[in-house]
Amino acid sequence: MADVLVLCEHDRGSLEDATLEALTFARGLDADIHVLVCGELDDDGIATLGEYGADTVHVAEHDMFADFGPEAWGQALADKIEDLDPDAVLACGTSKGNEVMAQAAARLDVPFVANVTELADGDIDDDEVEMIRVQWGGSLLERAGLEADTKLLSVAHHSLEATPAEGGNGDAPTVETYDADLDDSLQRTVCVGRDVAESGVTLSTAPVVVGGGRGVGGADAWGPLEQLAEMLGGRVGCSRAVTNNGWRPHSDQVGQTGTRIAPELYIASGISGAIQHWVGAMASKKILAINTDMDANMVVKADYAVKGDLHEVLPAIIAEIEARRG
Amino acid sequence: MRVLVCVKRVPAPGAKINITADGQDVDAAHLGFTVSPHEECGVEEAVQLVEKHGGEATVLTLGPGDADEQLRYAASLGVQQAVLLQTDGTPWDPQATARAITTAIVDLESENGEPFDLVLFGNESADSGGFQVGVRVAHALERPMVNAIKGIELDLDNASVTAKREIDGGREIYEMATPAVLGVKEGINLPRYPTMRGRLASKKVEVKVVEVDPETGDQTRVTLQQPPEQVSNTVHLGDGPAAASAVVDVLDELGVL
Ligand SMILES: Cc1cc2nc3c(=O)[nH]c(=O)nc-3n(C[C@H](O)[C@H](O)[C@H](O)COP(=O)(O)OP(=O)(O)OC[C@H]3O[C@@H](n4cnc5c(N)ncnc54)[C@H](O)[C@@H]3O)c2cc1C
Ligand SMILES: Nc1ncnc2c1ncn2[C@@H]1O[C@H](COP(=O)(O)O)[C@@H](O)[C@H]1O
Repeated sequence: MADVLVLCEHDRGSLEDATLEALTFARGLDADIHVLVCGELDDDGIATLGEYGADTVHVAEHDMFADFGPEAWGQALADKIEDLDPDAVLACGTSKGNEVMAQAAARLDVPFVANVTELADGDIDDDEVEMIRVQWGGSLLERAGLEADTKLLSVAHHSLEATPAEGGNGDAPTVETYDADLDDSLQRTVCVGRDVAESGVTLSTAPVVVGGGRGVGGADAWGPLEQLAEMLGGRVGCSRAVTNNGWRPHSDQVGQTGTRIAPELYIASGISGAIQHWVGAMASKKILAINTDMDANMVVKADYAVKGDLHEVLPAIIAEIEARRG
Repeated sequence: MRVLVCVKRVPAPGAKINITADGQDVDAAHLGFTVSPHEECGVEEAVQLVEKHGGEATVLTLGPGDADEQLRYAASLGVQQAVLLQTDGTPWDPQATARAITTAIVDLESENGEPFDLVLFGNESADSGGFQVGVRVAHALERPMVNAIKGIELDLDNASVTAKREIDGGREIYEMATPAVLGVKEGINLPRYPTMRGRLASKKVEVKVVEVDPETGDQTRVTLQQPPEQVSNTVHLGDGPAAASAVVDVLDELGVL
C-alpha cells in the first residue's frame, strides 16, 4: 500500500479545518495516512484527525513551534519526508499550506504542484502522474504532468468537501511524538507577535454582500450600499477597479487577488463581472446583478438582474424594505 | 539601499479566458498583457522604499522578449534598473524559473558588489499560481522568506525588516535581518499610475537582456482546460426603481430580509 503524509494546519494548537480537506483527498488515494503536526495539537484535534482518516500522527516538538514559522515548519516537513519516504505529501492549498510545502520542496529540491483538484491519470505511487490543478485563481484548469518519486501537492482549498471517514476510523490514530532537530537559524522567520483585527462579520463570512464596481462612480457614493448592507446584516464588497481608484480599502475587494465570498446573496451593482472578479464571487448561493448593461458578464451569470442605474435602484430597494418593515 | 522586484508577464483576460486550439496556452491574440496585482504592488513597494531610504530599485522578469513591456511599465513607476532573462516563451515550471532567477541574482549582486537588502516577489503569479518561486529563490540564497506580506518596515541602521503577514482575523508580525526575501500581496499599498514624465523616462531605461538556457522542469503542462461552466437562466426582475418591489420579494424568499 502507498504511504501519504499530510501536513496538519493548526493555529497554536487548535486544528484548522483546511487540514480535513487534505485528509479527505488523501483517503481517495488508497494509502496509509500519516499526519505531521508541528508543535502541540489539543486532544480534540488529534481525535478529529483520526475521524478523518489519519492512521498515524507524528507530533514534532520544538520551542520554535510556539507559533507559526514557515522555515521551521518547512524544515520539519522536509525531514519527515526523508524519514518516511512517502509516495505523496499533501497539504491544503491555503496560504500556510502552500508556503510550508514550498519551503519543504525547496529544501529537498523536488517539484511541488500547488492547488490540485484531482489525480487524473496514474496511481499516486507511479513515477509519473497527471493531475488537474487550478490556474488563474480557479478561472482555468491545467492538466499537469509530474515526474517525481515523492509527489508534493496541495489540494485546492474548497475544491472538495471535507467528510469524515466512512464508519469512522474505529481506532484512535497512533500518536508518535518526537523532538524535531532544527537549526537555531530557523528562528528568524518564527512569528513574533500579532495584530488582531476587528471581529464580527467579515467579508468572507457575511450572509449578504452588497458589492459595488466602477459604476458606483466615486469614493463618496457608497452610502446606499453601506445602508443596504447594514439593513441585511451584511458587508460591502467591491471590484478591483474600485480599490485601484482608492474608493474603498483593498480589504473590501472580491476576487482572485481579493477575498473569496460565499454569501446567501451577492448583490453586484455596477460590476461588469470580469473573470478575476467572478472567481471570488462564484461560490455565492444567489447573485443579483444591477447594471445598466444587460449584456455584462455579471448579469448573464447572475440568478436575478435589474436593469438600471444603481444610484436609483438601490435607494428604491432601501425604501421598499423600510416600507415593509414599517 | 538596493531592492529587487520580480514580475511575470501574463495576458489580461476579460470576461472569459480562451484557450488556443492546441490547448497549450491562453489565447492572447486580442488581449493586452500585465503582471499580477500582487507584483504591481511589489513594484510600488520597491519604489516607495527607494523614495524613503534612497538607493536603487531593480525589476527582473523571466520571459519572452515582449516582457520588455512589463519592465518598462515598472520603470515608468520609478524603478531604475531592468533585467530580462529572455526565454522563447515556453512555460517553465517553478523549479526551473527559480533556478534561473537565483543565478541572475547572484550575478547582479556580484556586479553590484553588495546584496539586495530586499528581494520582493508576488504572493503568487497571476496565471500559473505556483506559490513557490520566491520561497525557492530565498532558500537557494540562504535568506529568510515569508509570504503573504501586507506591510513592510525597513530599518537600514539595524539591517532588519519588520513584515506583517495576513491571516484570518489579523496579522502576524515577523522580524528578520536583511538581506531578506518577501512575497507581497495586493493591498500592501495603492500602486500609482505612471506619469507622462515617467513614461518618457522609461523609454530610455536600458534593459539588460540575459540569455538563459532552455529548461522546463519536471512539472509539465499537458493541456489547459475550461472549468465546468455554471449556467444560469437570469431572471429579469425589472427596470430601474420600479423593480424594487420584485427585488424585495426575492430577498424575502431567500430569507435574508
Ligand atoms: C491577474 C488579475 C487579477 C485581478 N484580480 C481582481 C480581483 O481580485 N477582483 C476584481 O474585482 N478584479 C480583479 N482584476 C481586474 C478585473 O480584470 C477587472 O478590471 C475589474 O474587475 C473591473 O471592475 P468593474 O467591474 O468594477 O469595472 P468595469 O469593468 O469598468 O465595469 C463597470 C460596470 O458598471 C456598469 N455601470 C456603469 N455605470 C453604472 C450605473 N450607474 N449603474 C449600474 N451599472 C453601471 C457598466 O455597465 C459595467 O458593467 C484582476 C485582473 C487581473 C489581470
Ligand atoms: N517568469 C517569472 N519571472 C519573474 N518572476 C517570476 C516569474 N515567475 C514567477 N515569478 C515571481 O515569483 C512569484 C511567485 O510565482 P509562482 O510561484 O509562480 O506563484 C511571482 O509573483 C513573481 O514575483
